[in-house]
Amino acid sequence: MRFNAFFRALSCGALALFGGSVLAQPADTELIQRGEYLARAADCIACHVTEGGKPYAGGLPIKMPFGTLYSTNITPDKETGIGEWSDDDFVRAMQKGVGKDGKHYYPAFPYTSYTLMPREDILAIKAYLFSLEPVNQPNPENDIGFPFNQRWGMALWNFFFLDDERFEPDPEQSPEWNRGAYLVEGPGHCGECHTPRNLFQARSGSKNLAGSTIQGWNAWNITGDEQSGIGGWPDDTLERYLATGLAEGYSVAGGPMAEVVNHSLRHLTPEDIRAMAVYLRSVPAQDAEVKRPQPRELAAEAPTQTPHPLGQKLFADACVSCHLWDGNGRQSPYASLRGLRTVHDPEGLNLVQIILQGDVLHGPDGDHAMPAFDRHFTDSEVAAVSNFVLNHFAGLDATLNEEQIRERREEH
Amino acid sequence: MLTLSINGNDLQVDVPDDMPLLWVLRDVLGLTGTKYGCGIAQCGACTVHLDGQAVRSCVLPASSAAGKQVVTIEAIGETDIGREVQAAWLEDEVVQCGYCQSGQIMAAAALLAQNPAPDDVAIDQSLAGNLCRCCTYTRIRSAIKRIGQA
Amino acid sequence: MNEQPFSPSRRQLLKVAGLGFGGLVIGFSLPFAGRSFAEQVLPEGPEDGTLPTATALDAFISIDRDGKVTFTVPKIEMGQGAQSGLAMMIAEELEVPLDEITLKEAPPNEDIYNDSLLNFQATGGSTSIRSNWEPLRRAGAAARLMLIQAAAQRWQIPADRLRAENGQVHGPDGQTLGYGELVEAASQLPIPEDIPLKPASEFKVIGKPLRRLDTPSKVDGRSRFTIDLAVPDMKYASIRACPVVGGSVACVDDSAARRIPGVVDVVRMGNAVAVIGEHTWAAFSGVRALEIEWDYGEHAGLDSEQMERAIRDALDEPGALANEVGDIQNALDNAAKTFEAEYEMPFLAHAALEPMGCVAQVRPDAVELWVGTQVPVRAQTAAAEEAGRPPEQVIVNNQLIGGAFGRRLEVDFIAQAVAIAKQVDYPVKLTWTREEDTAHDMYRPHYIDRLAAALDGEGRLLGWRHSIAGASVLARFAPEAVPENGLDGDAVEVAQHPIYALEHLRVNYIPVPPKAIHQSWWRGVGPLRSTYMLESFIDEVARSVDRDPVDYRMQLLGQHPRAQAVLRLAAEKAGWGQSLPAGHGRGVAVQEVFGSFLATVVELEVAEGKGIRLTRLVVAVDCGQVMNPVSVKSQIEGGTLFGLSAALFNEITVRDGRVEQSNFHDYRQLRISDAPPVETYIVESAEAPGGVGEAGTAMIAPALVNALHSASGERIRRLPLARAGYHVLGGRPA
Ligand code: FES
Ligand code: FES
Repeated sequence: MRFNAFFRALSCGALALFGGSVLAQPADTELIQRGEYLARAADCIACHVTEGGKPYAGGLPIKMPFGTLYSTNITPDKETGIGEWSDDDFVRAMQKGVGKDGKHYYPAFPYTSYTLMPREDILAIKAYLFSLEPVNQPNPENDIGFPFNQRWGMALWNFFFLDDERFEPDPEQSPEWNRGAYLVEGPGHCGECHTPRNLFQARSGSKNLAGSTIQGWNAWNITGDEQSGIGGWPDDTLERYLATGLAEGYSVAGGPMAEVVNHSLRHLTPEDIRAMAVYLRSVPAQDAEVKRPQPRELAAEAPTQTPHPLGQKLFADACVSCHLWDGNGRQSPYASLRGLRTVHDPEGLNLVQIILQGDVLHGPDGDHAMPAFDRHFTDSEVAAVSNFVLNHFAGLDATLNEEQIRERREEH
Repeated sequence: MLTLSINGNDLQVDVPDDMPLLWVLRDVLGLTGTKYGCGIAQCGACTVHLDGQAVRSCVLPASSAAGKQVVTIEAIGETDIGREVQAAWLEDEVVQCGYCQSGQIMAAAALLAQNPAPDDVAIDQSLAGNLCRCCTYTRIRSAIKRIGQA
Repeated sequence: MNEQPFSPSRRQLLKVAGLGFGGLVIGFSLPFAGRSFAEQVLPEGPEDGTLPTATALDAFISIDRDGKVTFTVPKIEMGQGAQSGLAMMIAEELEVPLDEITLKEAPPNEDIYNDSLLNFQATGGSTSIRSNWEPLRRAGAAARLMLIQAAAQRWQIPADRLRAENGQVHGPDGQTLGYGELVEAASQLPIPEDIPLKPASEFKVIGKPLRRLDTPSKVDGRSRFTIDLAVPDMKYASIRACPVVGGSVACVDDSAARRIPGVVDVVRMGNAVAVIGEHTWAAFSGVRALEIEWDYGEHAGLDSEQMERAIRDALDEPGALANEVGDIQNALDNAAKTFEAEYEMPFLAHAALEPMGCVAQVRPDAVELWVGTQVPVRAQTAAAEEAGRPPEQVIVNNQLIGGAFGRRLEVDFIAQAVAIAKQVDYPVKLTWTREEDTAHDMYRPHYIDRLAAALDGEGRLLGWRHSIAGASVLARFAPEAVPENGLDGDAVEVAQHPIYALEHLRVNYIPVPPKAIHQSWWRGVGPLRSTYMLESFIDEVARSVDRDPVDYRMQLLGQHPRAQAVLRLAAEKAGWGQSLPAGHGRGVAVQEVFGSFLATVVELEVAEGKGIRLTRLVVAVDCGQVMNPVSVKSQIEGGTLFGLSAALFNEITVRDGRVEQSNFHDYRQLRISDAPPVETYIVESAEAPGGVGEAGTAMIAPALVNALHSASGERIRRLPLARAGYHVLGGRPA
């Protein structure tokens, strides 16, 4: 068999790719496409898939301060997914955080944001999910101790913290602003990470989008504050950031935010991106501890003096060929360190996480990846290279130590 | 169509946007002196010069090289520094398997262009991103110093 | 391995023929080879015109009418300088300048190119120089004598008044004839009865620091490695194999891969899927875009802890007895003092800088390979099996190798390339991504050794019991070489016959058949293992009775003056015994490995917690007659640092049946900033040459952990050091 036609068809049955068109009625196509767009805007995939797993089949462990939750299978499988759910079941889950079985969800599932979505949008998402190939994959048991395993408690929580209301446009504002507000506060659920939480794990209403820490990462202040937030960013920069994860001289999406860009934001229309930017700029400014670093003039060569010689050695070893001594980034603007809050946070939260875990941004001109150095560096080496970076690029007296790094490794 | 200036020649290539310069050089233009070792900017085997700077061509989209001068190992001997580095490499018998050496030589030439007499620290800092699995490091250092002292 | 000395007889050694195209061809076969090249090919006598098959050119030396000398090298060049080293032997006896010899890679042919130490056609085990030392020089000398004889006949002057030099025969009155002018006549002559070899005192080439033949084209990008080849109509392939060994492809969605610009084909194998493209980037991107559902098979649940437990548990079994002297049990029972320790070495990947790859074409008439391989015959066999063809139909074009360290003793990637090529009608170049290379290596086995020493009242070592557990590479690689009791002669090498005088000794080996990952040779293999274990242990024993590690060893080395000499030299050069500041320490190791004697001293400082600053690295080596001192030094330097890299950083771990490391960011390698200068001192010696390619690698780990102990008091019994939190500090003292 020389020229092998036999091996050309390698697919194994109907797959997700064809599933939509095969299973759906033609009349639904538009609805399904709208649902797909909204599912992306809502970044459902971020939680409802595991690495190497089937999309929307769930099973992703989500570490919470009180235990580990697992995302659920939301493919239309009748046994293990949501195949038997009615429209009302699905809407109730999205708006009230209550499953078909009547059990309350934990707010790791961002129904407190999704609740702003109108029924039509939610049903569009459902139509999209139902167009997918069902995956039979049972949901893992959550691993949560008392009293947090008492789900009725969530009813009480909801009573205090869930505003079971749909988004109402503000007639005072432009349609663009309203669209942005809807996307940011509703499906985009930006506040779930970027708004600080109170003792009860509820978002603090008075500090909307003022920044928070989540799973060992800093979700930066994205209010209109000039220094602490995004207020000082030039007009089109914020849009470029949302669409590509890169705002040269201001920010590069890393870690969970890189995933948001990859899965969600980069797929949105330029109009929606602009609308989100318009809204974000209008969010009342809040101050935060970590600000953008002042621009520093750095030489293209290695510094001759540093309080962190080991850190400088390691930076020369593994980092400088992409980031450069002046932080300008070589090969890819994604490697630029200039102006990043990440290098201006004395605790180096995101810095340490990105060194340990790395990330990938799917840019318009291909992937931009930072390798994960968790196996490369010992704890003291991570501390040393982080201290060097904080000192060299932001002039901080950085004092991260081995123990702190050990703890942070355990956080993820 | 992308126009690239490679070793002084303007060449037209028709390649995907995200294709790194490394593969354009090797597989499209047949300049295989530049090597693949890791694809993630961690080994330096793919080092070429872009406007005189050492860059990792495995993570440089070819499109970003447009409008800039690319010099590879095949042509570095046409520069004074490149020629000296190659001669010192032979003189000090640096090479073992040779696979990393294109990248080492390109990195060394970029260093010497900037710092004509680098000391151990400067050499280490500039070449730390270039792995040599045969571990020819001792000789790389002495060859660079030989040029610096000449 | 077979160490029997090589004793050539003239009949077996040389065959000569005047070939129709007008040249002199000299070949020889080794004592055990059934039929030599000459016996096979030459008796029939090639007729005028071009030679009918490539095989007829498979001699060692051929000289054509223009005097061009071509040396068909039985060993492949992978950085060790072997080809140039072998060519030096020819140059020496044939009296031609080294850089006028053209090298040609030997094709697969065990009858001609078998290695006398390894017993098969291979490059490895530090054998290249050792096994060819005598035969190659004799081949060169024979050719020279015959050329002189031809000139003697032409000039009518007795041969003993002529001499050869610089590719010419010179007469007493200044007359000269180039070799090319003499080959016709020379090839008609019988091979001389007596072929004397030059005494070492007359060497002009051997032992001189000459430039290697392969280096000029490696500094300007001209050299072609497998990954650089392009044959007409070739396309580029990359592959993803099941991450779990023993798993298979359940189903593939290749729709996204096929949409990638430049992708031309996707082909499937039992346990892997390959993407073929117009360039490597398309193939790489295509592989990344594949969605493969795997059937992971029985090893899916395996992890490193389970694998290690199996090895440790095996230590309690008797296994195979490797050596027994005296009565160690009795000695231990009655000893004034005993000392016990257990040492452990992890799985290691080779991580050669050139990733695995192979160009293959399956044509109706033949299967052709272009690939750098340490084992051409195995490559041929593997390709033949995969393609379902007889081996004679497989042509192997061997290539330069970008580092192998034992990895290219395996042919898995060659079979893969053929498996892809047989599904398409064009040649393909398979190139592994670094990720594939790291996760599908054939790893150095994980070993655990347990030792117990008996000492008398004066702290004198009476003997030890030594149990070794770990995978037997030999049992997989060449099962016929392993006796029934399972004793892997390679795994126990060095440990089996320690250089130290021991009244009582018992060495056992317990093979632990590998699960979940493939295991193979890794630079130094058994001797590397044993050296780490023994040289750590003897150091601990010495320190347990408060004795100086150098003195203690020296006293036990009475039977090995060469070992004593290198130990003395290294200690002296390293300033052994001179006082050091607090936090500094020195460590030593000495051993006979691969026919050479080495001693290595490491001096280091431990600072800032667990930061190590290597201050000095001194190696003394007696490798017998030195072929090229520069190559010896390079090999010792490189080999030492290669071993240092592993001892500091490296460990392959398994979780869910798959290797966790993927690229250089998580399988860290020594960088120039970590590398101290290596000071190498060569002991002059007229002994037969020993190997140097792996010797340095074997010595460094024990010297390093011994130095660390002396500096910090912490004893590392399990490598690598990074596992215990140690890291390398930058900067070196001036
Ligand atoms: S191949 Fe580019 S740095 Fe390794
Ligand atoms: S010479 Fe072999 S990798 Fe550097």
